[in-house]
Amino acid sequence: MRILEGEGVRKNFGGLAAIAEVSFHINHREILGLIGPNGAGKTTLFNLISGSLVPTSGTIKFKGENITGMKPHQICKRGMARTFQLVKLFGNMTVLENTLLGSLFGTLTGMRQSTALKESLELLEFVGLSGINGVLAKDLTIVNQKRLEVARALATKPELLLLDEFMAGLTPTEVSLAIELIKKIRNRGITVFMIEHVMKAMMSVSDRIIALHYGEKIAEGIPEEIATNPKVIEIYLGV
Amino acid sequence: MLEVNKINTFHGKVRALWDISLRIAEKEIVSLVGGNGAGKTTMLYTISGILHPASGTMEFFGNRIDGRSPHQIVKMGICFVQEGGKPFPDMTVRENLEMGAYIRETWKKKEEMLDQVYKTFPLLKQRAGQLARTLSGGERQMLAMGRGLMSRPRLCMFDEPSYGLAPLLVKIFFTSIKTLREQGMTILLVEQNVRQALEISDRAYVLENGQVVLEGKSGELLQNDHVKKAYLGL
Amino acid sequence: MNRVTRANTKKILYSVLLSFLFMLMVIMPLYVSPYTIILLNSIFMYIVLTVSWALFSGPTHYLSLASAAFFGIGIYSSAILGDQLPLLLVIGLGGFISFLLALLVGLSSLRLRGMYFTIFTFGLSELIRHSVQWWEVNKTGTVGRWVIGVDHTTVYYIMLAILLITLVAAYILKHSKYGLALLSIGESEEAADHIGINVNAMKIITFAISTFFMGATGAIMATRWTYIDPSIAFNPLFSFMPVLMAIFGGIGHIFGQILGASVLTLLADVLLTKFPYYYMLLYGMILVIVVLFLPKGLTGLKEEVKKWWGGRAVK
Repeated sequence: MRILEGEGVRKNFGGLAAIAEVSFHINHREILGLIGPNGAGKTTLFNLISGSLVPTSGTIKFKGENITGMKPHQICKRGMARTFQLVKLFGNMTVLENTLLGSLFGTLTGMRQSTALKESLELLEFVGLSGINGVLAKDLTIVNQKRLEVARALATKPELLLLDEFMAGLTPTEVSLAIELIKKIRNRGITVFMIEHVMKAMMSVSDRIIALHYGEKIAEGIPEEIATNPKVIEIYLGV
Repeated sequence: MLEVNKINTFHGKVRALWDISLRIAEKEIVSLVGGNGAGKTTMLYTISGILHPASGTMEFFGNRIDGRSPHQIVKMGICFVQEGGKPFPDMTVRENLEMGAYIRETWKKKEEMLDQVYKTFPLLKQRAGQLARTLSGGERQMLAMGRGLMSRPRLCMFDEPSYGLAPLLVKIFFTSIKTLREQGMTILLVEQNVRQALEISDRAYVLENGQVVLEGKSGELLQNDHVKKAYLGL
Repeated sequence: MNRVTRANTKKILYSVLLSFLFMLMVIMPLYVSPYTIILLNSIFMYIVLTVSWALFSGPTHYLSLASAAFFGIGIYSSAILGDQLPLLLVIGLGGFISFLLALLVGLSSLRLRGMYFTIFTFGLSELIRHSVQWWEVNKTGTVGRWVIGVDHTTVYYIMLAILLITLVAAYILKHSKYGLALLSIGESEEAADHIGINVNAMKIITFAISTFFMGATGAIMATRWTYIDPSIAFNPLFSFMPVLMAIFGGIGHIFGQILGASVLTLLADVLLTKFPYYYMLLYGMILVIVVLFLPKGLTGLKEEVKKWWGGRAVK
């Protein structure tokens, strides 16, 4: 079953097509990777899916429902969450408060304060952040900030999670831990769509990969196919 | 050419660097590796003058640089390309690059410098008239690197240059590092991508909790078990 | 005493203190001079304006300079309807019309951020002032209006009631999940939107609610001035003062907002009577000094003293 579908999605900025007629789909519980040279339109595609931007034309369907043009908070309540390339935490609020907000507002039916609290604490442990509930988000290390952003996103009980360059800036050891976390997230039944430049992560954890170039999809397939695709090697991987 | 002696730098009340010493000779490529929070960026901030050390000395070609302000240090020939680039968002790509040549006498030679940078990063030439804030994350990184190079520095320091860059661009960047060295530049590299950093550099310092725990030839460090386990996840 | 019982004891102590204070306020008119009552009315008015301004602008960092517009609408409601409708209804209408206008303002300024929002609100306030002036001159044929006077003590009790309602509303909001959501909007609007917070709705509604109190206050205070015209009712000073008072007292806490409004109103009164020729100069100087040395306002004083004291101890 397809949890997310995009058909002929186009986004123009003035005369420039940032995304040009891209069609894609993700299956339930899949991990789909998105790669492409810098400036290819990867984050723009995420913005179109999550509601930050409205497509110039084309449709996006989430769980069968047409979500094209919906606002981010509406899409979130329907079960989609995301992280950002440049971490967007609520810096002057504590670790717990950041996560709590996700629980309190992210679900369609709302949640009681006590349940939200319990769930937030559980999620913080899940991502590997225990014992720092009272620390201000802006005082965290970059690794912990990324973990917190994931905890906050998971607090909204998503069925689809968009990760934008989650691994950027992590040491190889930290990358391995992050890969484990993504696998744990998938095991919870959450579908993952991830933009990544860290090839080790991308190849080992994705079921399928899509490659973008100048706003167009130039390749799609399983990791082995993508890694050996001559066009992808030419414009993205290098030899 | 760069001598750092027993530097102690604080972030407010917290000591980030403990008696750190390091040495870089001309035309060397040296990398600083270590986990997040080890103090690598703090070290670069201290050398570039953004942070002042509480004690210790730093000399560049025999001249003291500790305590000097950042623009004086740039004038002396050290350039610092920060993590994520930090380009001027409302200026065009070209204008950002031109700003790189502002402080040195290179302002007169800026067209020549611009050509060189465009050759290394053809994408920047394509986007020359675009506002920097419309660039993607990786493109901004490239722009900052180009901007740093415009001042024709003798020592160039890069903080996480491969952050968010497509693999092809990472390869191009590290190749251009070699070219820069051939042109007479000295390079100090801070990288999470430990393998790449060690493969391209001559020597490396491994930082942990604000202290140097290992130093040596990069080739040897690549074989070192501690490094492999702690940083390469092997 | 462990931490929990200490916190509870603190809460009980504060509640007792506040109830005592409130009772004091209630019986005050029986024991003090009319001058003091009038002064207290002023203080109450500025507290309400400051706290209601900070209700929205505090956590979201959207600095509104339109408070004068809403305050002025309350004043004009009193002027126009005061002789036809009972007082309390007029006050309610003053607040309600402000609320409606604020909804419109909010909807039209949705895309504006930072400095642009601030200037837009200021411009709007001035536009309303000039529009009312034009209407009065050309359509109604008057410039100023008379307002039915109400005795000071009645004004006092009504202002006290409005003050109480405003403070309770501010407190409840701040400690609810909506208060937390407003803070998150001030930190990162995009992230807030993405975790399910309807940012636009929350901004507009909170903004509108805050103006209700401003309008109601305007309606009752107008009866004190008895003569009003557009330049009195929509005086930009009513937009600037709440901002100043909040920053002066400490914008982050309700107590700071109350403190800032009370201290500055009192200070203005004292200076005006003692140094009628230099009062503006002295007032301005005190403002500048406080902002320079206490960036967090008066409520930051405790922190600054601790820092200063701690620093000396180390040496």
